[in-house]
Amino acid sequence: MRAVARRRERMTATERRRVLTGLLFVSPWLIGFLTWIIYPLVSSFYYSFTRYDVLRSPVFIGLKNYVELFTSDPHFRVVLPNTFYYVGLGTPLALVTAFLLATLLNTRIVGRSVFRTIFYFPAIVPAFVLAMVWSYLLNPQYGAINAVLQAAGMKTIPFLTSPALAKPTLIVIGMWASGYSMVLYLATLQNVPRELYEAATVDGANALQRFWNVTIPMCTPVILFTLVTGIIYGFQDFTLPWLLTNGGPSESTEFYALHLFRNAFRFLRMGKASAMAWILFLIIVVLTFILFKSSGRFVYYADTSE
Amino acid sequence: MTVQVSSTVTPRVARRRRRTRLSATGVLGEIAKHSLLVVLSASFILPLYWMAMSALKNLDQVFVIPPVWFPIPPRWINYVEAWQFDDFNLYTLNTVVRYAIPVTIGSVLSNVVVAYGFSRIYWRGRDVLFSICLMTMMIPGQVTMVPVFIIFKHLGWVNSYRPLVVPAFFANAYTIFMLRQFFRTIPRELSEAALIDGAGEFTIMWRIIMPLVKPALAVVALSAFMGAWNDYMGPLIYINQTHLYPLAMGLARLSAALNQPGIKGMVYPYMMAVSTIVTLPSVFIFFFAQRTFIEGIVLTGIKG
Repeated sequence: MRAVARRRERMTATERRRVLTGLLFVSPWLIGFLTWIIYPLVSSFYYSFTRYDVLRSPVFIGLKNYVELFTSDPHFRVVLPNTFYYVGLGTPLALVTAFLLATLLNTRIVGRSVFRTIFYFPAIVPAFVLAMVWSYLLNPQYGAINAVLQAAGMKTIPFLTSPALAKPTLIVIGMWASGYSMVLYLATLQNVPRELYEAATVDGANALQRFWNVTIPMCTPVILFTLVTGIIYGFQDFTLPWLLTNGGPSESTEFYALHLFRNAFRFLRMGKASAMAWILFLIIVVLTFILFKSSGRFVYYADTSE
Repeated sequence: MTVQVSSTVTPRVARRRRRTRLSATGVLGEIAKHSLLVVLSASFILPLYWMAMSALKNLDQVFVIPPVWFPIPPRWINYVEAWQFDDFNLYTLNTVVRYAIPVTIGSVLSNVVVAYGFSRIYWRGRDVLFSICLMTMMIPGQVTMVPVFIIFKHLGWVNSYRPLVVPAFFANAYTIFMLRQFFRTIPRELSEAALIDGAGEFTIMWRIIMPLVKPALAVVALSAFMGAWNDYMGPLIYINQTHLYPLAMGLARLSAALNQPGIKGMVYPYMMAVSTIVTLPSVFIFFFAQRTFIEGIVLTGIKG
């Protein structure tokens, strides 16, 4: 008994060689992990308690950055609700769009792969190109959309020049470019066993009931995955708002990533930017935690053979 | 697993068998559904159609109401003029040679080796380390951005592509995860047979596993290339000399010409011309590797 226990603790020579080989193979990641993640995490935490403009060495100022952000910073007060609005509304709406498109494509359709390609298309266009195209399309004077409205005798809409409309406009652009999730959903929908639908039909469920009680539950693991990644990426969304609205008009699209970037690389307030980064990290960790904790209630894991 | 995925993604056979004769209301329903799809796809494609068409407009067609949807005659010379309006040859060269190609090489080399270590070799502590690796995907880039910038600043690497290229040689969690999913589809017996024949792990990886996952390697290479091609924020942080600009920043610079007096008129067609050119590689790559790409998305998204 004892001998067995000891053998489990101690590695044999072969086992040790295996660990060394394994470590050798993963060493690029391990080195990168220490250099680009662990060290930056630690030093960013330290910088968040300092005043640091890169040119001079950091000066420890305690909690001042955090206190300033939450009490006296007029911008952060706007940035936080802006971001919650954008992510909180934009991510679910993009997912719902993607899901409905996938559901539509999953029915009997002539030329499905053509439609799938078209719906996926906006997702492969570089974000900086999307910014160029939409800035022209939505231009209040020369843009196609407003020109059509004008030609029809209607009033033009200040999509990106009105503080009330800028955020919804960006959200709609996000819905338009949600093809990545659509592909995922479509593949998931096609994996739902036919028998489940047949059984539901036999039990007298109509199309809507089948959608609600079979389709959606079978897709909840993927919905959770896209929701979590969507939120994480949503908080970091930078290129499109930066190039399209650059935070304007009157800070209505000044989102977290933009404001952080501005503080770090335009105002050289590295300490404050680091404090913002840690607050963002905390927000993401808490949200992910809540999503995973509550997921037991709405996520259904079919016990597949995989 | 690979076979299973591809067979479930397109269950054509099953579908064909189910095709039955439709009733009159069924026909109407089909027509309604297909019309909806056509309208939806038109609205999805219209912005990009607008981009491609606007690239061919002349000065009179840019600012007219109602807007011109078919510029006749198309002004193809816009492409040449736009390209020469700024040094786009140089920007392309910077993007491809200084950024995208080195990143692609680094990404393929490092991720293959690491993913191999995380999937094909069985060693104690592997799974713990791998779950740490997965967790790093949750860390927002913004958290590490400032200290990483400071490291590169101290190394004197600002205004070079090294800060964007060198990290690519150290693998990244997402690609490791995707490749590992592919590697795991290969039966273990294959490696074991080679091990018995006296092959080392590196030989097995190089000679046996890599030839089997060529499509996955293509996905890794193409995603790395496109990642660099599409990147705007990275260069925005590190590159501030015009002669080092990548295409993304060159295009943004062109759009800034809108705010200058005088040349305003043709800037929109030029912007759209460059935008169209810059989008083309993504389109080609997508059509070229659509199946494999989608399989990659599915493997990471569903089977995770």
